[in-house]
Amino acid sequence: MDKKTALFDRHVSLGGRMVPFAGFMLPVQYPSGILAEHHAVRSRAGIFDVSHMGEFIISGKDAPANLQVLLTRDIGGKPAGKVLYSPLCNGEGGVVDDILIYVRPENVYLLVVNAANREKDRQWITSHLSGDVCFSDESDTTSQIALQGPESESILSQCCGTLPQKYYSFLENADIAGRRALVSRTGYTGEDGFELYIKNEDAPVIWDALLLAGEGKGLTPCGLGARDTLRMEAALPLYGHEMDEAVLPCEAALGRFVNTEKEHFIGREAILAKQDCARRLIGLKPAGGIAREGAGVFCNGEEAGVVTSGTHSPTLGYPVCMARVMRQYADEAVFSIEARGRMLEAKKTDLPFYKRLK
Amino acid sequence: MNVPKNLMYTKTHEWIEFKEDNVALIGITDFAQSELGDIVFVNLPNEGEEFAAGDIVADIESVKAASDMFIPVTGTISAVNGALADQPELINQKPYDTWIIEVSGIEDKVELMTPEEYDKFARAEAK
Repeated sequence: MDKKTALFDRHVSLGGRMVPFAGFMLPVQYPSGILAEHHAVRSRAGIFDVSHMGEFIISGKDAPANLQVLLTRDIGGKPAGKVLYSPLCNGEGGVVDDILIYVRPENVYLLVVNAANREKDRQWITSHLSGDVCFSDESDTTSQIALQGPESESILSQCCGTLPQKYYSFLENADIAGRRALVSRTGYTGEDGFELYIKNEDAPVIWDALLLAGEGKGLTPCGLGARDTLRMEAALPLYGHEMDEAVLPCEAALGRFVNTEKEHFIGREAILAKQDCARRLIGLKPAGGIAREGAGVFCNGEEAGVVTSGTHSPTLGYPVCMARVMRQYADEAVFSIEARGRMLEAKKTDLPFYKRLK
Repeated sequence: MNVPKNLMYTKTHEWIEFKEDNVALIGITDFAQSELGDIVFVNLPNEGEEFAAGDIVADIESVKAASDMFIPVTGTISAVNGALADQPELINQKPYDTWIIEVSGIEDKVELMTPEEYDKFARAEAK
């Protein structure tokens, strides 16, 4: 049985088309449709229920040392109030999950994990903890609302006194509509925006307050469909698509989040041994059709790789896809993709497909 | 649910309008476009191509998914709606004014539903 988030009734009353996703019932779109929701985030603002994400707390004197072992990123010297993105790798260098780490004061860390990986991550992490460290899974009592788009700051500032100014920073104990929230300047859309971590019982009140503040500013409720097209244009990876346990970070264009100069972390030796990774993630523009996940990618008649994610790009107005290809093909200019029984010509293009003007 | 009285329907959610005995326009229903969501691409057959009733005749792609369009009659494609190349969203906006293919020389057809039958059928699928 799929779980309802604390905002389920809000989605239904807004006409959301509810679908099961990672164990939760979530709206894939509202009546406005994926394209309108997508454009709202690029030009104004969108609000998303992302309560399916998992939240863990790791704390204690030895918490930093444990995280240094688990994460490919070096968190040494990162001050409280900072957010980091990092892969979590297995001994072979494959990606167990990609997560956010919130550095809080006094050796407390909030980890935000993919919903579909929550159980796996909990087991992986707790089985590797040692020393003076505490672990708790807060997912069932925590909701998350994302407010994304160029108008996000002006909307949120109407309900919230101080906002985190820097991208990938956060403030704790912010007051929104009389409720407490952790306000993070992060997102999964390629736009400026915020992610709010709140208690389940506060989620409907905060959702309503944000919608009210967004009236006249084009704030649009957005579903999973637009979340996917937005992240894809920004070439933000999605676990299970761009990477999994058999994919190295560098094969998912995540090499810059691996600090091999760090003395020890799980997967370091394997990653160092396979430094010139066998596969690369590239961007392609298929002509005459949409290439979706799993479609075969060919180059000069040879099998070169596979599409990891693909869609129609609402901002660009044409189809785009990401593909994982063998290294020897990564610098080729033209590929073909087998999509629904047809071969589509696909030109290579730089990632990300879309980058906001600062 | 919008189901015009002057058309016939298929279980795969196409509508068909017979212009003369052996010529027809074919599109997809309001229910079908609503289920698909924003349509962004239509892969049309070529004029002159022949199909048998029940064949896949076109791909209709929305942002989220690709869907097959089936041809409910045996015949030859005598025209395709060229406007769909630039404006596939016409299918969302006006599903019954936006024909997708015209078929001529119709010889055979799949079992078709009356508007009343289709309305009942689609409502049952929507549940």
